[in-house]
Formats: sequence, C-alpha cells, structure tokens
Amino acid sequence: MKKYLIIMRHPPHGSIHVQEQLDIILTLAAFDRAVSLLFLDESVFQLFRGQSAEQYDHKETLAIFDALALYDVDDLWVEAESLIEKGLVSEQLTLPVKTISRARVSQFMSGFDVILGG
Amino acid sequence: MKFAVQINSSPYAGAAGEMGYQFILAALASGHSVLQIFFYFDGIYHGLAAQLPPDDERQFLRRWSQLSQQHGIDLVICISAAQRRGLLSLEESRRQNRIDQDLAPGFRISGLGQLVEATINADRFIVFPGA
Repeated sequence: MKKYLIIMRHPPHGSIHVQEQLDIILTLAAFDRAVSLLFLDESVFQLFRGQSAEQYDHKETLAIFDALALYDVDDLWVEAESLIEKGLVSEQLTLPVKTISRARVSQFMSGFDVILGG
Repeated sequence: MKFAVQINSSPYAGAAGEMGYQFILAALASGHSVLQIFFYFDGIYHGLAAQLPPDDERQFLRRWSQLSQQHGIDLVICISAAQRRGLLSLEESRRQNRIDQDLAPGFRISGLGQLVEATINADRFIVFPGA
C-alpha cells in the first residue's frame, strides 16, 4: 500500500489552508491510508501549545491535530532548523514529534510513494 | 505512465493552472496518460462557468474543456472547497434553494475521496501549489 507524506508549510489561522489540508489528511485516514506529516517553515506553529483562534472566529485547527491520533495519524516529523528559526523547542508543541535535520529531508521524502505539499 | 494532477491556485492568483496545463500537455505528448485533474483550495475557481476573459487572453476554461473532451481527463472540483467559496453545481444550488449554475461544462463536483482514489490509481500524483 502506498505511503503518504503531507508537507505542511503554512502557519495556523493565516488562511483556510491548514484546515483544508487537514481535510485531506482526515480523508486519507478514512480510507485507511498510511499518512505521515512533515512540518516545515512557519507550519511549526501549527502545533504550538496555547494558541487560540477564538478571537478570529476561526476553527481551532490545533484541536484537529490533537485528534489525529484517533485516526492512527501519529507519525509526525518537524524539521529541526525550522523549529530553531522560529525560536521554538519541541517541548512547546502539543504532540510528540520526531525531529529531522534539513540535510536529511530530501532522503526522508524518497521513502514515500505520494507526497502532498502546496 | 499514468498521472493525476492537483491544481491549487486560482486562474489569476498563482501559476498552478499554467504550470499544471503545460505539464499535462508535455506528459500527453510523451505518450503518458492523465487520469484526473483535482482542483482544490483556490484552484476550484478554475471551474467557474462565468469566466469571460478578453479574446486575446489565455482561455483556461477552453483549455480544460479540450483536455476533458480530447483526452478523457476527469475534471474534479472538490465539493467542500467549492461550497465554501460559493461555487455550486445546478443540482446543489437547487438543494440550497438557489438558481445558479456556477459550474462550467466538463467539470464535475465531488469529494476528497476522488483525490485519494486518484493517488491510488495513478503512478504519479503531481501537485501544483497555490500562491
């Protein structure tokens, strides 16, 4: 069965993008696909603990990320340099993640059959 | 090889439509087949029926419709992304007590399950990102 990697690059709440990406992830999970997530650039804020979208009347995407484990989506990767560039450490994220160095991302991606970015 | 393609930007706010179209032409010219174009995020605006650009400009609707008619490529607009942005098929408009037919000929509206199926059936799934 094909392995899927979803590449996250957008910050939370800046647009509908993350919510629509989550719809793809949940649909893949509903089809029992093996899905992994890789957070790059500003997307590292998507898992930042303590965020709230309430004042923007925006859907709480963090709550959806928190629920992904229920759908067996729990293979989460964060690029180490992206975390450092945004001044974060993985302990500030709400979910357990694995970190990967930028130099290894390309090789990591080659282990998947379908890569959905953008 | 069998390809499926995802288009994620609107006709006038990104390059996904142009890049995706050129990619598909090149793939077909090289003897490959293209099963489906899945329009997602702001890419759903490609399916808006009332697009009327001046005659001397790029005609996206004509391009997609030719790909559909001449090569049997399935043009799928994501229903949740489309409804959020106000693009409704005649059937859905009636259900919502409206009278619009927003969807251009040749396109159909369906769910994300179609995207998943395309990734399963195609040998390669190519994403053209939004702006």
